Amino acid sequence: MKNFFLIFQKEFRSYFNSPIAFVVITIFLILSGYFFHGIFLNFSTISFQVATNAILARQNNQLNVTEMVVRPFFDIISMVMLIMLPMLTMRMFSEEKKSGTIELLLTYPVKDSEVILGKFAGCMGIFTIMVLLTVPCFILIGLFGEPELGVVLSGYVGLFCMGAAFISLGIFASSITENQIIAAVLSFASLLIFLMMGYSASFASESLGNVLKYLSFMPHMYNSFAKGVLDTEDIIYYVLFTLFCIFLNMRSLESKKWRG
Amino acid sequence: MIEVENLTKKYGNARGINDVTFTVEKGEILGFLGPNGAGKTTTMRIITCFMPATSGKARVAGFDVFEDSLEVRKRIGYLPESVPLYTDMQVPVYLEFVGGLKGVDRRDIKRRVGQIIDDCGLNAVTKKYIGELSKGYRQRVGLAQALINDPEVLILDEPTIGLDPKQIIEIRSLIKGLGGRRTVILSTHILPEVSMTCQRVIIINEGRLVAVDTPQNLTAQLQKSQQIIVRIGGPEKEVLSEVGKINNVSRVAIKENGTDGVNTYLVEFKKDSDGGKDIPPVIVRKNWALYEMRPIGMSLEDIFIKLVTEEKIH
Repeated sequence: MKNFFLIFQKEFRSYFNSPIAFVVITIFLILSGYFFHGIFLNFSTISFQVATNAILARQNNQLNVTEMVVRPFFDIISMVMLIMLPMLTMRMFSEEKKSGTIELLLTYPVKDSEVILGKFAGCMGIFTIMVLLTVPCFILIGLFGEPELGVVLSGYVGLFCMGAAFISLGIFASSITENQIIAAVLSFASLLIFLMMGYSASFASESLGNVLKYLSFMPHMYNSFAKGVLDTEDIIYYVLFTLFCIFLNMRSLESKKWRG
Repeated sequence: MIEVENLTKKYGNARGINDVTFTVEKGEILGFLGPNGAGKTTTMRIITCFMPATSGKARVAGFDVFEDSLEVRKRIGYLPESVPLYTDMQVPVYLEFVGGLKGVDRRDIKRRVGQIIDDCGLNAVTKKYIGELSKGYRQRVGLAQALINDPEVLILDEPTIGLDPKQIIEIRSLIKGLGGRRTVILSTHILPEVSMTCQRVIIINEGRLVAVDTPQNLTAQLQKSQQIIVRIGGPEKEVLSEVGKINNVSRVAIKENGTDGVNTYLVEFKKDSDGGKDIPPVIVRKNWALYEMRPIGMSLEDIFIKLVTEEKIH
C-alpha cells in the first residue's frame, strides 16, 4: 500500500515536472470548450427562433437543455478524451523501458501490481483534474437554463468509468513497447475500435451483433450515463474492462520472466 | 552470502552466460572482470532479479532469486551500468522516493537521505533536477540510491565509469569502506581498480568463468618464472657472467644501457625459487654499485589478457 502511494505520488508529480500535464489539460479544455461553445450557441439560436415563432414552438415541444446541451457535451468530452488520454498514458512504461529506469524500478522490493496500480492512479489523478475543470461549463448552463443535476452527475460518473478504461488500455499498450509513438498509436487505434465496434453490429448476425454492441464503449455511455441512468451493467462493463487491461499489463511485465 | 550455481542464460540461440558457478562470502568485495559482452551484466541482472536464468540457481542471503525475489530485492542495492535515473526529479525527492520503495522508515527517511547525500558528496546539487547533473554526479546519485536502505549486498556495474580521477579515488575508497559490513560485487573494465579494491576476482569470458581467485594468487599462479630488475654499476660482461652463475638463474639480459657503465639488467629465476637474495652478495664481493633492485610481478592486465586469450590456467 505504501509503495502504491509512493509510485502514485511520483507519477502524479512527474506530469507537472514536465509540461505534459499543462499541455494536455490546456488542449483538452480548449477543444471541449470550443465544442461546448458551438453546442450552447446552437441551442440558444434554436431557443430564440422558437421563442419568436409560434409554429416552430409547436413542432419543437421538446426543447430541453439537458437533451440538447448536456448530453451532446458529454459525448464530445468522451471524444476529446479518446484523443488526449493516450498522450498521458503513452510514456508510462515505454519511457521507463527506453531510459532503462525500469531495470531499477523492478529490482526494488516492489510488486508488479503496485507499480501498475500506482501508475494507473497517477494518470487517473491528472485525468480527474482535467475532467473536473469542465465543471464551469455546466455552471454556465445552469446560469442560463435548468439542466437536470442527476444527468450531469451520472454523466461524470460515466466519464470516470470511461477514463479508467481508456487509461488502463493505454498503460497496457505502453507496457508492450519501448517506443512512445507506438504506444500512443496502439492505444488510440484500439480505443477507436472499441468505441466504434457497435456500428458493425448492424451488419453482423444478431448474436454476433449483440456481442459487438456489448463490447463497444458507445452503448455503455450514450444510452445510459449520458441519459442519467446509472445501470450496474454499464458500471460492471467498465470495471471489467479496466481490470482486464490491468491484468494484461501484469502479464506483460511478467513476460520478461519467461521470454528469452 | 551470494551463491551462484551452474547459471546459464540463453538469448535465443546465443548464450549470454554458460554454466557459471561461484560464491561470495559475507563482507567480501568481489571484482568481476571481463571484456565487453562477456556476460558480466547478464550475471548481475540475474542476481538482482531483473532477469531470470535459463537454468541454474542463484541465491542471495539464502533466498532464491526466482522463488523469493521480493526478499532478495529487499537486501540488494543495485547500480546498473547506464545509471538510469528519473531525470525529471530533484535529487533529494528522488532519494526519498527510492528510500520509501526500499523500505526505509517514513519517519527516518529525511535523516537517511541527508546522511547519504553527505556520504556521496551530493550537497552541491540538492536543488537540481537529475537531468541537469553531470555524469559524475549522476553516478553518485546512482550509488546513493543503491545505498539508501543500507543493503547487505551491493551490486555495482562499472561504478567508476565516466568519473574524473579525483572522483574515482573517492568512489573507490567509499566502496572499499563498504566491505566488511557489506558484500559487494563490482564489475569493471579498469584492472587496477580490481587489485585496489577487491579481495577476490572473477574473470569471465564469452559467458564462461575463466578464473576465480585473489589477485595475488592469480599473479602467482600464472607467472611461469620470477623476474627481477637490477641496476648495477660495473663492467657489463663480467656482470652478465657473474650473475648468470647464481643458483636458479635461468637468464640474464641487459634491459637498458645506461651511462657510466650503469646498466639495467633483467634477471629471470626459475619458478618458486628465492634467488633474489643471492644477487647483492655477488655485487658486494665484486665491489660494484647497486642502484636498484625490484621484482616485477605480473600485472592484472597481463593476467587478464593471458586468460581471455588462453582461456585456461595451466
